[in-house]
Amino acid sequence: MRFMLLFSRQGKLRLQKWFLATADRDKKKLVRELMQVVLARKPKMCSFLEWRDLKVVYKRYASLYFCCAIEGQDNELITLELIHRYVELLDKYFGSVCELDIIFNFEKAYFILDEFVMGGEIQDTSKKSVLKAIEQADLLQEVRHPCGASLGSTP
Amino acid sequence: MPAPIRLRELIRTIRTARTQAEEREMIQKECAAIRSSFREEDNTYRCRNVAKLLYMHMLGYPAHFGQLECLKLIASQKFTDKRIGYLGAMLLLDERQDVHLLMTNCIKNDLNHSTQYVQGLALCTLGCMGSSEMCRDLAGEVEKLLKTSNSYLRKKAALCAVHVIRKVPELMEMFLPATKNLLNEKNHGVLHTSVVLLTEMCERSPDMLAHFRKLVPQLVRILKNLIMSGYSPEHDVSGISDPFLQVRILRLLRILGRNDDDSSEAMNDILAQVATNTETSKNVGNAILYETVLTIMDIKSESGLRVLAINILGRFLLNNDKNIRYVALTSLLKTVQTDHNAVQRHRSTIVDCLKDLDVSIKRRAMELSFALVNGNNVRGMMKELLYFLDSCEPEFKADCASGIFLAAEKYAPSKRWHIDTIMRVLTTAGSYVRDDAVPNLIQLITNSVEMHAYTVQRLYKAILGDYSQQPLVQVASWCIGEYGDLLVSGQCEEEEPIQVTEDEVLDILESVLISNMSASVTRGYALTAIMKLSTRFTCTVNRIKKVVSIYGSSIDVELQQRAVEYNALFKKYDHMRPALLERMPVMEKVTTNGPAEIVQTNGETEPAVLETKPPPSGLQPASQANDLLDLLGGSDITPVIPTAPTSKPASAGGELLDLLGDLNLTGSPVSAPAPQIAQPPFLLDGLPSQPLFNDISAGIPSITAYSKNGLKIDFTFERSNTNPSVTVITIQASNSTELDMTDFVFQAAVPKTFQLQLLSPSSSVIPAFNSGTITQVIKVLNPQKQQLRMRIKLTYNHKGSAMQDLAEVNNFPPQSWQ
Repeated sequence: MRFMLLFSRQGKLRLQKWFLATADRDKKKLVRELMQVVLARKPKMCSFLEWRDLKVVYKRYASLYFCCAIEGQDNELITLELIHRYVELLDKYFGSVCELDIIFNFEKAYFILDEFVMGGEIQDTSKKSVLKAIEQADLLQEVRHPCGASLGSTP
Repeated sequence: MPAPIRLRELIRTIRTARTQAEEREMIQKECAAIRSSFREEDNTYRCRNVAKLLYMHMLGYPAHFGQLECLKLIASQKFTDKRIGYLGAMLLLDERQDVHLLMTNCIKNDLNHSTQYVQGLALCTLGCMGSSEMCRDLAGEVEKLLKTSNSYLRKKAALCAVHVIRKVPELMEMFLPATKNLLNEKNHGVLHTSVVLLTEMCERSPDMLAHFRKLVPQLVRILKNLIMSGYSPEHDVSGISDPFLQVRILRLLRILGRNDDDSSEAMNDILAQVATNTETSKNVGNAILYETVLTIMDIKSESGLRVLAINILGRFLLNNDKNIRYVALTSLLKTVQTDHNAVQRHRSTIVDCLKDLDVSIKRRAMELSFALVNGNNVRGMMKELLYFLDSCEPEFKADCASGIFLAAEKYAPSKRWHIDTIMRVLTTAGSYVRDDAVPNLIQLITNSVEMHAYTVQRLYKAILGDYSQQPLVQVASWCIGEYGDLLVSGQCEEEEPIQVTEDEVLDILESVLISNMSASVTRGYALTAIMKLSTRFTCTVNRIKKVVSIYGSSIDVELQQRAVEYNALFKKYDHMRPALLERMPVMEKVTTNGPAEIVQTNGETEPAVLETKPPPSGLQPASQANDLLDLLGGSDITPVIPTAPTSKPASAGGELLDLLGDLNLTGSPVSAPAPQIAQPPFLLDGLPSQPLFNDISAGIPSITAYSKNGLKIDFTFERSNTNPSVTVITIQASNSTELDMTDFVFQAAVPKTFQLQLLSPSSSVIPAFNSGTITQVIKVLNPQKQQLRMRIKLTYNHKGSAMQDLAEVNNFPPQSWQ
């Protein structure tokens, strides 16, 4: 996977994860273009499209578009499953996730993604395992520092 | 100073902004506050501030001043700080900024941290955005972690290693020892990431690939366990056990099995098993099947397995899910070259996909349809493709038109059909046709001599109503200029001739000249056409003169030049005008086909009037025909002149008749325009437009017709299922000696009740050591179903001397003529 984007139907970016070093300016351009292309798609069309030299897999969940740009030899259908798995993880974590959850807790959405995927590849295929790791890490945030100062709760 | 506002608070506030300007104001205010907070080196709230900065960055606002702060957070001992710090680094920093190198030390320390979640953060960051320098510095640490027994860290280290290898391929070797036991893991996370690591290594290095081939049995075992094992709730997706891992293993197997017979054989069974046992009701099952099909097609699988794979794709094509159909079309496109016949079976489904609403599917279906067109299905396919051209989106039209032209040129069953098809394309998508199509079409039209009247009439009618499509108008103008005399004379065999006067023709050409829609090139065509008509029309020469003189002062330099030159033709060089403007000769296409046509001349050795290779040396065409006659004893045998792609000039045709009198001749359809020759029915023309031949040859055994002195000629047969009197014989000539045979000419003669048509051979050289063959197609018409007999004459040069041989072929299998 080259990158993953989450954006709303109004074209507001909610998450962007890049697995390939790209200049900021280029990122902005790519994101804007791709959002336009995907948002122009009609509901009955297939989830795959060719864009530039990449294959793009996208799926809409309620008001959010989940969009992955994959390489030529990657399997589109399993990418759809990957997206679905990510949504399931978010859902389990937030309890019936909706767009607002991701807006207000974007850093958590990133943490979950970073526990599920690394360098564009899946780290762990077990839902339970990923969620447990997040849970444990969250607990660490509350632990008191040895020197007595609070580690600070959520920012 | 009051505590900086919390992240959620900020988000809430920004969302209340009603305009872009209001939002910008809020952001600027907050950024200022954050900046001053940073300046005060406030440790407590740094995390909060950076988080807010990240949010604003996502909205599109600059946040570079937070980069160093991220580094400070990473260096902090608090887990929360590290979490946000690393996230910030991944979002704000990249290898282009030197700042990122400062992270290296922190990451190194964190890789050795006592808490695995901190180690995890470090691995994650390194694995996502580590630059080459960082990777070089830290590869050792990653390698260490790859050998740990902690599966949480091991899986992350594996993916981190993948990133390191991508950035610094030379470091791949150092990870080799650590891969030893990776597949022995039970943990699916480690298994999955290990397979990814192995895949990356195998893709990058042929040595690694060879080294890891020994893992095939183990991979097969793991895959088998996944399929056979019972329900595992942790990894289950819709009843399938760990589909992600299955797909990755299949992909690795593909790489390992490619070009390797042993490995491919070892995985045959498991692939068949996966292909037949996977549940297809949900997307996840189809994802696995898709990967399986890709693997089967890429390795050296046995044919049964390949057929299974193509059938899976065929089933995919019928699936309601568009995604599945799309994926099927893409895969079929990849396999259509190698497994052509198998894909042909699904042709009608593929053609149906042309009518799909989805653009991606339509494009795939179009590409695939063109790949499937062949001599048998060309009429049907063209109908569908022309209909598609009518209704498709503009972005497809150019490609579709080009594709149709190409297919029509290769497989046109008749000239008229070819011209009609071109007309249809020009009128439907005339403005999308590529520029190079115009000269190609003109050449084609010129070569279809007997269709000139028909063509010019149709083109004229086409532009009468609408002359906006430039390529159409260009071709039409050119044709009207060339064949305007045929147009007004009202001769047309193919369809009802129209009544057109010279003035009407000039009207349309002048309209083209004047019209704003006409491109400069088009106008040039029109003007030249008008000029040419001055020698073909009789009553309107004055009008033509007038038009030409007007354009002598045109602003368009090209038109002006043409007009001035044409004017000069009228005035000073009128005696040359007819010669200059006379009918174009048939244009030669550069072909690489074999020997030139042997032209019958009245026994004289007049050189053939052809631009391709001269006839093979030492052959007297006319006398040769006589020889054949003599040898074959009497009037029950007819000689056949092998055809060539070029056409004969008119004179040759007349002489042919003279020489051979009452003999039955079959000639090339492209031959002499002279209407005197009553052409015998061509084998293909006039036959109903259905698939002529069976898809697979109906099992007629092939024969060796000749085998002597190292030259072997095999005949293979196909019968027509609509016209049982037609047999198509494909000859293959091979040479087992050590020297090539050159200037090879194959001639054949059959008894009088038969008719024979020889198409052009593939070449005239048979390479030595059986390293290649010459193929040539013979069509035999046998209406009386008599036993097929044939005399063949072979001439070629070998080892410096001219060789010649005659033979009779009597071993035709009964199925080829009964």
